[in-house]
Amino acid sequence: MLDKTNAAPPLLDVRGVTLQYKTRDHLVTATYRVDFCVQRSDRFILLGPSGCGKSTLLKAVGGYMAPVEGEIRLKGQRITRPGPDRMMVFQEFDQLLPWKTVRQNVVFALQTSGKLRGRAADEKAMQYIEKVHLTRFADAYPHTLSGGMKQRVAIARGMAMEPDILLMDEPFAALDALTRQRMQDELLMLWEETRFTVLFVTHSIPEAVKVGNRILLLSPHPGQVKAELNSVRPGGDAAALEARIHAMLFADRVEENAHV
Amino acid sequence: MSETMVRPDFVQTPRGVQDFGIVEQELTVFERLYNQVWLRKTVLIVVLILAWELYARHLDNPLLVPTFTDTISAWWDGMVSGVLPDRVSTSLQVLAIGFSTGVVLAFVLTVLAITTRIGTDFLETMTAMFNPLPAIALLPLALIWFGLGIGSLVFVLVHSVMWAVALNTHAGFRGVSQTLRMVGRNYGLSGLRLVLWILIPAAFPSILAGLKIGWAFAWRTLIAAELVFGVASGKGGLGWYIFESKNELDIPEVFAGLLTIIMIGLLVENVVFRSIELHTVRRWGMQN
Repeated sequence: MLDKTNAAPPLLDVRGVTLQYKTRDHLVTATYRVDFCVQRSDRFILLGPSGCGKSTLLKAVGGYMAPVEGEIRLKGQRITRPGPDRMMVFQEFDQLLPWKTVRQNVVFALQTSGKLRGRAADEKAMQYIEKVHLTRFADAYPHTLSGGMKQRVAIARGMAMEPDILLMDEPFAALDALTRQRMQDELLMLWEETRFTVLFVTHSIPEAVKVGNRILLLSPHPGQVKAELNSVRPGGDAAALEARIHAMLFADRVEENAHV
Repeated sequence: MSETMVRPDFVQTPRGVQDFGIVEQELTVFERLYNQVWLRKTVLIVVLILAWELYARHLDNPLLVPTFTDTISAWWDGMVSGVLPDRVSTSLQVLAIGFSTGVVLAFVLTVLAITTRIGTDFLETMTAMFNPLPAIALLPLALIWFGLGIGSLVFVLVHSVMWAVALNTHAGFRGVSQTLRMVGRNYGLSGLRLVLWILIPAAFPSILAGLKIGWAFAWRTLIAAELVFGVASGKGGLGWYIFESKNELDIPEVFAGLLTIIMIGLLVENVVFRSIELHTVRRWGMQN
């Protein structure tokens, strides 16, 4: 079983990636020599406390910043710039273009990226808007939608592009608890339908265990790989895994305190 | 010590509607009319006009203050004889040339400013230097450079429009959220395409504000410049109309010219810009 997964070439290959960015006064190392591989149809989670560089890592996969060390390859191709083969879903509600309706937002993405045009783009857009149950709001402007609906449009837009990998940066973090749970369920249902590949950043352990099938655990300041775990199968003991992850993250904090 | 007093529970039934004096009652006609903004403003204007008319009659000196009726009849005569429409169209033509040139130049400058760091420095330095400089102050120089003609007028108009629009547009571009920029780049947009498809619509509220300010500056500058040197290539504009009427001591015509300037200003502000606003930024929920 292990040999078989290793034999398949990974969809996304992150090798020894060190990421640095500059603030006004400092050069900050966000992640240090991070390795991981994402296979097709993975729901791969980057999990860690704030400051572990998980969002920076996702941005690097998105092509928004270049690693100072190591490389990131998608289907064997080195990532150099942002592109529609890696669609991002952000945490912020303002990620939809406010001057376009729900339908226009999705169509615009398909057209500008050169994926589809005209009728075909419109049909594809409506097909995915239906998948997220927003057909009734197809001609509404984003400012009339609730936060959860906006995130569903962003997900529909990302999926309609049928990217090699969907990059999600804490997409449900700004939602209320009930909406967040429903969105997680819907995301899993969508995955059952189309089996897309997703790289999902979160700082919530229960969300990671629920949404993911494989979880990369990062330590903070700078982010380094601490563990890569399989999530529980449906009906498995989620609580035990959550407790185990919690203990791993918590161990860090004890050490930190001990050093002080 | 801090023991709270024990209070008994109580339950009571709400009273029936018949016990209340008023549950819901329509406001009086006067109250409802008074709530209409346009009506209040119209009444104000009518009062002002009445005061004007009475004062002018009392003064009885048409060389200082003509009556409202005289002004309106002078305006009407001007309109019917075709003099006023002619002057207005001359002014508006020059304005259109100057305004659009200014906007295009402002756009080029701002695009340079957001794509290169030296462009930003250039824009900031230039606006800091030239924005406070009144366009009219450049008129003598413009006359030497471009002579008595449309060229000089357009030059001062461009100066009055460009900096205000560039400043606002640049501020708008900088205010576009990082998320929206990343979304645009995610679609594979970059450079001028990113500016056209993402930055301009996203910064549209600021751009529109800049255009409004630019329009007001340009309109004022144009009338002032026409007053100073008047006829451009044999055809005068509204400013020239006022100047000429003053020289002929036809004060009702002077007032009619001023009235026309006010009316065009109101029209552009309340019809042109307002309908642009309604169809863009308001509809998109980017402005309330």
